[in-house]
Amino acid sequence: MAGDVVISLRGLRNQFGAQLVHDNLDLDVHAGEVLGVVGGSGTGKSVLLRCIAGLRPPQAGSIHIFGQDALNCSESTRRAIDQRMGVMFQDGALFSSLTVRENVEVPMRAIQGLGKAVRRDLADLKISMAGLPYGAGDKYPSELSGGMRKRAGLARALALDPEIVFLDEPTAGLDPIGASAFDELIKGLSQSMGLTVFLVTHDLDTLHATCDRIAVLAEKRVMYSGTMSDMLEVDHPWVHEYFHGPRARAALDTKERTA
Amino acid sequence: MAATRMPVADPARQGAGAAGFRLEHGVDSVHLHGELSVRSLPLALPLMNRLGGNALVLDLSGLTRLDTAGAWALLQLAARLEKQGQSLELRALSADHSALLDRVEQAIPEIAQPGVLRRSLSDLLDALGRVVVAAWGFLAGVLAVLGIFLARLGYLARHPSEFRMTALIYHADQVGWRAIPIVALMAFLIGVVLAFQGAVQLRQFGAEIFVVDLIAISILRELGILLTAIIVAGRTASSFTAAIGSMKMREEIDAMRTLAIDPATVLFVPRILALLITLPLLGLVANVMGLFGGAMMAWIELGISPAMFLTRLLEDTGINHVIVGFVKAPVFAVIIGVIGCHAGMQVGGNAESLGRQTSSAVVQAIFAVIAADALFSVFFAMLDM
Repeated sequence: MAGDVVISLRGLRNQFGAQLVHDNLDLDVHAGEVLGVVGGSGTGKSVLLRCIAGLRPPQAGSIHIFGQDALNCSESTRRAIDQRMGVMFQDGALFSSLTVRENVEVPMRAIQGLGKAVRRDLADLKISMAGLPYGAGDKYPSELSGGMRKRAGLARALALDPEIVFLDEPTAGLDPIGASAFDELIKGLSQSMGLTVFLVTHDLDTLHATCDRIAVLAEKRVMYSGTMSDMLEVDHPWVHEYFHGPRARAALDTKERTA
Repeated sequence: MAATRMPVADPARQGAGAAGFRLEHGVDSVHLHGELSVRSLPLALPLMNRLGGNALVLDLSGLTRLDTAGAWALLQLAARLEKQGQSLELRALSADHSALLDRVEQAIPEIAQPGVLRRSLSDLLDALGRVVVAAWGFLAGVLAVLGIFLARLGYLARHPSEFRMTALIYHADQVGWRAIPIVALMAFLIGVVLAFQGAVQLRQFGAEIFVVDLIAISILRELGILLTAIIVAGRTASSFTAAIGSMKMREEIDAMRTLAIDPATVLFVPRILALLITLPLLGLVANVMGLFGGAMMAWIELGISPAMFLTRLLEDTGINHVIVGFVKAPVFAVIIGVIGCHAGMQVGGNAESLGRQTSSAVVQAIFAVIAADALFSVFFAMLDM
């Protein structure tokens, strides 16, 4: 599965005032893989995502995306990188004054020469691929449930067929059926579109169902990374507790029953 | 460091315009070269729309990248040819691309054709009816807020221990104390303008001294309170709407209800009461500053000394003008407060409705204040006051 390295972080440091969140953090993300990032609350999972997505410059270190230095590059290079990435925020972060379809069309406006009708059809396609019914395209974000907003956020993140998508807690707050449908969706999309997925999650079922590789954030850096079975071998107390706790066992049982 | 370490990017992928796509017509098939993606779609769609002919064979061996938008374009082409009684064969389709095509084909939504819209007279009447009903609804809503405010005020008068003094003082500070500089400056300038304009006109008749009456009556009776109310409507109605509306948007008001806290008692009463107390005081500030500005200008422009101005003011201007002015202040305060709170409660789930309600609260409050002032004029004219 290990394709080319598409994201490479070296010696990353993030701090808020005196509080050090990341120190000397290294991480590689390979093309086509689904990487799950886990860690306790306050270990800076979302901060890491925001750093890579270019929303927050780190205090030190380097970020290379598609082989290009994402921190020291021209604005146009950064924009070209951004167009190849999509971000789904925790609550969708949809523009509340636009309908779902218009939300999905927003990134497509960057491509010149794409006709209005084509844009509309493509938006409808993305909305449908994200698992929303056709009628949802005409609705405003405030008229949607939390799960539907997440799907609409995913549809917008996928609007330009990015090579990397960042998902921030995609299944948090969803009912178990909706959450597992979302897991299926992520897995299916990553397979059929060759998508690289950077997934921040707390959901052990999602880790089992979708992730090829897991990175554990602890002690201000990526402590361990590897497959699920590697994680089960680690004897760091927090990691052990995380992957061997009662919830983890239940998730593992489910996985074994369905497999 | 940046320049030396930056690796050369894959040129085919860089930028939106660089996406290459081209069709090559061969003997028995059409060869597709380059990438078929959302970026190359503006280039590819016109070319693909020109394709036709019976039993078209599309050779995809030169396809470097296919994304969902490209797959959609291929499926559209196939659908169009099928409709025309022709067929499309895709040659050298890789397994990955085939899987993607299947996935996209499953996802293409069934699009319901929108019906043709035609506007008729009944639509027009329908729209008019809706406007009238909405206007009645608005009026009823505003009266309901007024009613709730009065009811809660009555309740609090009987149960003073439940009254939130801190909130009242906070809001009085916000809507009253902090508005003093702007109200004072506005009133001072109005006084100056009135004195100057009055002087120019009255000098023609040698009746300069009447500028004192002009300033006193217009400021005390009308302008002092009215302009203060308009400024307060702009400042305070909008802030009431924004504060209550954003609480409504984040379900804080629902949370209050579940915690058995009455939103009207906590949110409406301190705000409207603070306005009720401070608007007359602001009106007093405006009156004093307006007269002061007028006196200054009369002194400079017409040589009426401040002492003379004061004597003339005390002798000739009846107290009834002051009373007429101040009677209006509490009414304006309630109008502004009630409209601001009502608009806040109308905010829906999104940020846009918050903005819309905030601006409409200001417009409604200013309009209502001026309309009420007009009614007062008629009323006092009938009373000969």
